[in-house]
This record gives sequence, C-alpha cells and structure tokens, in this order.
Amino acid sequence: MNSTDSSELAVRVEHLSRSFRGKLALNDVSMQIPLGSIFGLVGLNGAGKTTLIRHLIGSLRAHSGQVLVLGHDPVRDPEGVLKRVGYLTEEDSLPKWMQVGELIDFSRAIYPTWDSAYASRLCDAFSLSRRDKLQSLSKGQRARAGLLVAIAHRPELLILDEPSSGLDPIARSDILEAIIRTVSEDGRTVLFSSHLLDEVERVCDSIALMHEGQIVDALTSEQLAVRYAEVVLRPHANWEQPPELSGYFGWKRSGDEWSVVTSANHESLSSINQHASVVEQRAISLTRWFEARVGNDAERATVRSAQEANIHV
Amino acid sequence: MKLHISSDGVPIYQQIFDQIQFRIMSGQLRAGDELPTIRGLAEGLRVNPNTIARAYRELENEGLVEKRRTTGTFVADISETRSAAHRRRLLVPFLDKLIVQSRQLGFSINDLTDQLLKRDAQITPETREP
Repeated sequence: MNSTDSSELAVRVEHLSRSFRGKLALNDVSMQIPLGSIFGLVGLNGAGKTTLIRHLIGSLRAHSGQVLVLGHDPVRDPEGVLKRVGYLTEEDSLPKWMQVGELIDFSRAIYPTWDSAYASRLCDAFSLSRRDKLQSLSKGQRARAGLLVAIAHRPELLILDEPSSGLDPIARSDILEAIIRTVSEDGRTVLFSSHLLDEVERVCDSIALMHEGQIVDALTSEQLAVRYAEVVLRPHANWEQPPELSGYFGWKRSGDEWSVVTSANHESLSSINQHASVVEQRAISLTRWFEARVGNDAERATVRSAQEANIHV
Repeated sequence: MKLHISSDGVPIYQQIFDQIQFRIMSGQLRAGDELPTIRGLAEGLRVNPNTIARAYRELENEGLVEKRRTTGTFVADISETRSAAHRRRLLVPFLDKLIVQSRQLGFSINDLTDQLLKRDAQITPETREP
C-alpha cells in the first residue's frame, strides 16, 4: 500500500526515535495504521513494542519525530485522543482495591461515549459481578474486567499491548472476539501487539515486525504468502555453514536437511540447485517468517535492505 | 459451520475456501442453502472479516455461491456436468501426490490401481468420511 492520506489513518508515526539513558529504544520508527484495520505488532521481548505504544497513548513524549493518533498529538492534546482510545495491557494495571462495579462507574465517568447497556452485556457474558473485588478475581477474570473497560466506550482505536500473555485459552479467545467485533461492527481500528503469532495471523490485516527498536518489515497478511516461501533442501555435500545466497535467509538445520526462507518466485531457485536439491517448497507460516527475520546476525543484511526499501503498510 | 483453521502456512482465506468448497461439492451444503454472514463467521472463528470476505469472493468467482442483494450469500445451483468436472478437479492434487509417492516407492501404475481397489474394498463397509 502506498502512503495514505492522513485522514484515512488511525495512527501515523514518522521518524520516531527515543532513548533511555543513552540507549536507543526506538530508532527512526515510521508506521501507518489505516482506519478500520487490525494491525499486528510483533517482535521479541525488548524489541520496543511497548515503548512505541506508550508514545501512542501519550505517556511518553517523542524525543524526535512525530506521532499522530486519530489526527491528534497524544501528548499535546490528550483530551482529543484518550477518550477515543481503548487500552489494555498485559500487566495487571487495574486498581485492585476496587470492585468491578466501582471500576465500571469510574470508567463511565471518564468516557463520554460510555455504553452502559453494552457494559452490562459484557459483564454477563464474562460472568463478572459488580460486587467482585478485582483483587480476588483470577488472572483471566481480571483481564476480562480490563477488556470490558477498554471497549465499553466503543473506542475508535483499541490498543492491546500483549493482552493475552499468561491467560488461559478461553480468556484469550474472548479477547480475540472483542478484536473482531471492534472492526466488524463499525469499522473501528485495532492495534494488537502480541507474540502469540498464530493469533496475530488469524486476526490481523497487516503486520509490522519490530526488532531492536526498528520496524524491520511491514506487510499485509496477503503479501506474506506472495513475497515469501519456505524451501526445504538436501545439500549435495555436507555443509558446515549454509552458502551465502542473496534472497535466502533464516537457515535452519534439521539432520541432513535445511530449511530456508526465500522471496517467493525467486528467480534463483536455479542458483540453489548447484548446492542442493529442493525437497519441498511450501507456503510460509507467520512463525517461520518471524523466526527467520529476527533469527541471527547473518540475516541482518537482508533486514536492512528491506528497511532501506522503506516499506510502509 | 464448524470450520477448522490451522497455522501451518496455508493462507487462512484458502483454508476457508477449501472447506466450504468441499462441503458444496460433496453435497453437504445444497443449492439454496445460506452461508453464515461474514461478520458471524468472523466472530465465530476469530478471524479477520476481510479474510472471510475474500474467501466468499473467491467462492463467488468460482460460481459456487451467489450473493443476493440485502439477503446474504447462498449456495449456487451447479449443473450436473459442471459439478462432476469440478469434483474431479478437486481430486487432482491428491492424485498427483499419490502418484509421485508411489513412483518414489517403486510401484507401477498398475500396482497402484490394484492397491487402490483392494484398499477400497477394505474400507468400504466400515467408516466413510461423514
């Protein structure tokens, strides 16, 4: 996708950099999230996902670069942003001394668009009682309470920062359903940061991969299948190291065979033929792509060239 | 519809397309049957609505379903001859795989047909895919 008119974007980040005590946490990050899409943010722990998200909700100020959320600067104009955003994070940030009912009343007072009927429907669906103390709830139930107050004002942008970590499958499924409903009901937007890649693959329209403070690749789910493939090879001679071939990265050995990720339709399947015979060429999973992208130093070159191409979603 | 989504690299819209196509071609879904709404299926499967819409679009392009304005998506009426040809086509990838593998294992095509007939007799009285 080409760069889009700002009015069609829920989030626009331009050349955002940020360091903590001299260490670069975000390095020239640019990103666009179109309205009405489900945008997946993936990366290893410490890649910078949470730091990026904290800029979007206005809790960190950009050192350099620009951040626009729903057309507003979240630091300069928190009023214009926060009421229209729903936010759920992995860490248990809810005030635990509250009861569910108090949390709901408190949130209703903050958000002008609060939908009380929807909130009580969610309460029932999640088997939450207003009298439950947050402290005494299970982790899964507390996450549901957090989800309820993140979506009951029907935010234009729902931001989920690793919401599923450490949750049981049913609670995770409730979160996924909330994501789908958010976009399917009236075209609102979701930013979903997660390292549960199969969940990201299911729900997201487009995916950005962060690594060491940079967005190293960004593509739509459809582009993933078109641009990349996984090839399984059997070398003609025994390899200590895989050969250095442009367009091939993320080598992985399993006994006599090697798996490698390549640009699909790569003209150089012939270039590999002099080194090895191709056992199988298969569609790539998000997990395999992720692993190949962030795997080892040998791939950095490929990663950098992708970035120089300045791919925007 | 109880579809199954796996994360082994096959694009999700393709998985949905394949499973609905199979239901139609095997007669489990009949002409005039209504498919779930895009939104309903997306929420049920926890899959992006655009992905469902794409699968439905491809089913429509194949002439397997038709959209009726304002009402929904319905299984199309497929002529007998077309349906037979289509069903045969669905079998091709499996046949290819079977033939390649049996060649690699050193069986002639006659060996293979013998084995197919034998195996068919063995599994016929008992279980058949429901």
